[in-house]
Amino acid sequence: MSDSAFADLWTRAQEPVVLDGLLQVAAATLLAVAVVALSRWRTLDLESELGIAFVRGFVQIVAMGLLIGVLLTVPLAWSAVILLGMVGGATWISRQRGEGLPGVTRISLLSIGVGAGIVIVLMTWAGAIEATVRSLVPVGSMVIANAMKINGLALDRFREEIDSHRDVIEVGLSLGGPPQAVLAERVRDSVRASLIPVVDSLKSLGWVWIPGIMAGMILAGENPIYAALYQFVIMAMIFAAGGLTSMISSLLLSREVITDAEQLQDIRP
Amino acid sequence: MLSAHQLCRFVDGETIVDTVDFEVEPGDVFVIFGPSGAGKSSLLRLLNRLDEPSSGTVRVRDQDYRDIPPQRLRKQVGMVPQQPTLIDGTVAENVTWGPRLRGEPVDRERVNNLLDRLGLSGFADRQAGDLSGGEAQRVAIARTLYNEPDVVLLDEPASSLDADAARQVETLLSDVMRDLSITAILVTHDTERARRLGSRGIRMEDGRVTRRGSIDDILDT
Repeated sequence: MSDSAFADLWTRAQEPVVLDGLLQVAAATLLAVAVVALSRWRTLDLESELGIAFVRGFVQIVAMGLLIGVLLTVPLAWSAVILLGMVGGATWISRQRGEGLPGVTRISLLSIGVGAGIVIVLMTWAGAIEATVRSLVPVGSMVIANAMKINGLALDRFREEIDSHRDVIEVGLSLGGPPQAVLAERVRDSVRASLIPVVDSLKSLGWVWIPGIMAGMILAGENPIYAALYQFVIMAMIFAAGGLTSMISSLLLSREVITDAEQLQDIRP
Repeated sequence: MLSAHQLCRFVDGETIVDTVDFEVEPGDVFVIFGPSGAGKSSLLRLLNRLDEPSSGTVRVRDQDYRDIPPQRLRKQVGMVPQQPTLIDGTVAENVTWGPRLRGEPVDRERVNNLLDRLGLSGFADRQAGDLSGGEAQRVAIARTLYNEPDVVLLDEPASSLDADAARQVETLLSDVMRDLSITAILVTHDTERARRLGSRGIRMEDGRVTRRGSIDDILDT
């Protein structure tokens, strides 16, 4: 990244709108301080945790704002590098849900990479995501983050399914059942359970909650109907990437937990 | 029919099955007798290849079982677990679970014949969840026999039942094995059960064979 990128960022940081933003932060902080004080008065013993979370959230989001400020000036190819980095991070975080499952890191990387990757590439090709860093990075990160959450849920549920149905699985194998047929119900339940949050989000979309992108676009003066349509596109991308990730992850795991001699492996955290 | 050769299984540095040898002839009801924790069930799992031997092997009809595709091997060497572990669905769906998993057609007449033999006439369409412990265990036996195995491995199949149900299951099992000339390997820690059902066998302690021969040979103290 060049010096001009940082010079551009410095110029942006001095714009009057940033000062307005800081004043708004001060107002919001007063409210938060009041809540922390209330917690102290009620001896909830939460003031330290609340205070740290508040400061940490502020630092993280401003750092992200600065980073995006820099990113807006870099060439398009950088977005691929950034998104790949995000896939790596997402793999690292979601794999912890599947501690003890064989090949969990490799499977998570592949599932999130392929699930989110296909959706991002196809939607960029179709024009739903603008082929600019400004659009690719934030929208891509949403798709990847949701694929990560869904992968984590799938790993967690798959391990639980294997643990709680070990006896049935082994009976199926002992009867000469092909492992994939014996594990089909476990895979189905894992995929289904991991997609419950995103399916519920789709069901409640618009009447229980107005998601961030739509709210942000309306606040920024965008046509509300277009904002609604674009929000739906985002939700559909999250659903598609999550569904793909969960299916790939559960299917690969169902192969990995079975040995070459068609035995169910021990899963130890 | 089936023989174990220097069969060993080590788990986390602990010896579970220690250099076990035996041979089962066609028509035998071969008993693996011993106290709890002797390694009997672990040995049975090795025979069905649900676990992998650390060393040694098993021969089925003179063929090393590592050369037999696992699904075919498990059809040839069927296993009835200690707990029936039935799936949700009807009795018939449970009895035919093996072929249905393999995508094979189901023979309803064979289901009814097996259920008749095991004292479960008219049970085919009942829900598995509504069965008593003894009935569920008989369905588990029918499920294994549906595959027409050469050898049936029975892991204390009546141990979780009350005395009456256990005796009923044993009688039916004994009749079916005799009528169908089934070769069986029965794991038990019950002296009387071993005497009633078995012809010969081995006694195991701490994963090792401590005696072998006729039922009297392995049971006498």
